[in-house]
Amino acid sequence: MSALQKVMGWVDDRFPLTATYKAHLSEYYAPKNFNFWYFFGSLALLVLVIQIVTGIFLTMNYKPDAELAFTSVEYIMRDVDWGWLIRYMHSTGASMFFVVVYLHMFRGLMYGSYRKPRELIWIFGVLIYLALMAEAFLGYLLPWGQMSYWGAQVIVNLFAAVPFIGEDLSIWIRGDYVISDATLNRFFAFHVIALPLVLIALVAVHLVALHEVGSNNPDGVEIKKHKDANGIPLDGIPFHPYYTVKDIVGVIVFLMVFSAIVFFAPEMGGYFLEANNFVPADSLKTPAHIAPLWYFTPFYAILRAVPPMFGSQFPGVVAMGLSIVVLFFLPWLDRSKVKSIRYRGPIYKIMLALFLVSFIGLGYLGLLPSTPVATIFAQVFSVIYFLFFLLMPWYTSIDKTKPEPERVTG
Amino acid sequence: MSQEAEGQKVDTSKRKFLIAATSAVGGVAAVGVAVPLVMSMLPSARAKAAGAPVEVDISKIEPGMMLTVEWRGKPVWVVNRTKEMLAQLGKHDDKLADAMSEMPQQPDYCKNATRSIKPEYLVAVGICTHLGCSPSEKLKLGGDSGMGGDWPGGFFCPCHGSTFDLAARVYKGVPAPTNLVIPPHQYLSDVRLLIGVDAKGA
Repeated sequence: MSALQKVMGWVDDRFPLTATYKAHLSEYYAPKNFNFWYFFGSLALLVLVIQIVTGIFLTMNYKPDAELAFTSVEYIMRDVDWGWLIRYMHSTGASMFFVVVYLHMFRGLMYGSYRKPRELIWIFGVLIYLALMAEAFLGYLLPWGQMSYWGAQVIVNLFAAVPFIGEDLSIWIRGDYVISDATLNRFFAFHVIALPLVLIALVAVHLVALHEVGSNNPDGVEIKKHKDANGIPLDGIPFHPYYTVKDIVGVIVFLMVFSAIVFFAPEMGGYFLEANNFVPADSLKTPAHIAPLWYFTPFYAILRAVPPMFGSQFPGVVAMGLSIVVLFFLPWLDRSKVKSIRYRGPIYKIMLALFLVSFIGLGYLGLLPSTPVATIFAQVFSVIYFLFFLLMPWYTSIDKTKPEPERVTG
Repeated sequence: MSQEAEGQKVDTSKRKFLIAATSAVGGVAAVGVAVPLVMSMLPSARAKAAGAPVEVDISKIEPGMMLTVEWRGKPVWVVNRTKEMLAQLGKHDDKLADAMSEMPQQPDYCKNATRSIKPEYLVAVGICTHLGCSPSEKLKLGGDSGMGGDWPGGFFCPCHGSTFDLAARVYKGVPAPTNLVIPPHQYLSDVRLLIGVDAKGA
């Protein structure tokens, strides 16, 4: 026995190192027919690591104080060696996180990855998405620019629209009557400690649930139905080395795009870092046009599409909330006989296309100042967004599906 | 377990009671610990003190002009309305969502046609009731504000396009649901205004 084997044996008697490695990597069998869409899960994990590492180093120079925050960010940009790179990696990472997560979620929609037995994977995933939105929102206040300030003002005021308790609730969230030093300080605490812990825990349970039932695939058929004499799925290949190597290709391409943005267009024309956020927060003056960052705009457009009712803007807030809550029910709304879009009928394909157009349309409208015409478009898109989910039990059950293959088609 | 099976009967009801009692006491303790944590997020004594009333000298506001002061970190407008401006106020009630100020957006002593104690001085919190942006002043009548010919003077919120008249009343069909808030205030003398407290006995 070699020295290494002896050390491994010593560890394995005390901690399931080899067993864990086998269960999750070398003997975790994933379907052999993964395609392009299966890069984004591992890429999301990569971005999480980038955000945590760059975040730790930003914290070393950032000051969560209303008097000092804005200048400390400028200090990082100008005076700290490589500070600009660390900050641009973090700000680009925030947007790229949503890019990969949106693609990851769309993959789930296309191939029915939320269907039985993967309902909990999907639910944990939606929780990750919620935590990620909270994390992004909290982090956006920290530079203490005009958009940070007024964006937080608008979002915290959404809570004030809740009947009866709203006003007290928003004061409790802010710790003051307006967004102030107290708000900045607590948002910092949530952004650097509380939510990262929640995110990591959720990612862990997302992966544990995934590895319990096994991955779905572009055909939406269960590879565990056909196993060889050793109990290994016939259409499965070990995650390591096959998919680790495949994912490295994805990582390299991703990092090329990521680096191009960091080095050549870190502000991304105002979409990743908004121009008004280079102006320090001023509680007495609102910028001429307020738009949230691009990844929130679809929901912001839904919020604006609902007119105030009974002297309250609460209905709009409810609509925005429901647009995310409805995602949790997706596994039970879909009544189709097949999972993957490859074997679905034309109705689902049309509905998914309409949903995609609506989501992107809402995202675009959310960036623009509101005009009567834009509001009508936003209302139409919002209705389609909700109909995609609410009519799903009906249209998926009448849709003409093709028979699923017994085995994956490669 | 085997011993239990051989005669010693386990009293499960006692066991269940103990589990329930321990959970309940533990739950109370957890809530007890959560209370100070949750309460610590309310505005601190210092933040509340910073919300103290603000005294303003209004003698220097020319007719037709406005002054913005900070109260509880929010902008509060004091507008010195001219006779012409006041004359405009009653003429567009049909375009307003709440012309009579029925919603409790002002102290009772300002629930009147001009939404003020003294007709010429409007005191209003400059925070849009939609989502908290600060509207821009468009005080001038007519096209001088760039708001169209029949604009009777008022305020325009740049965020979502809500409009308010010179009594801070919201127009119909805009995102803001209610009139702007009139803060509690009182006149200490003809030129000294105190924002943040009602007059005693009011």
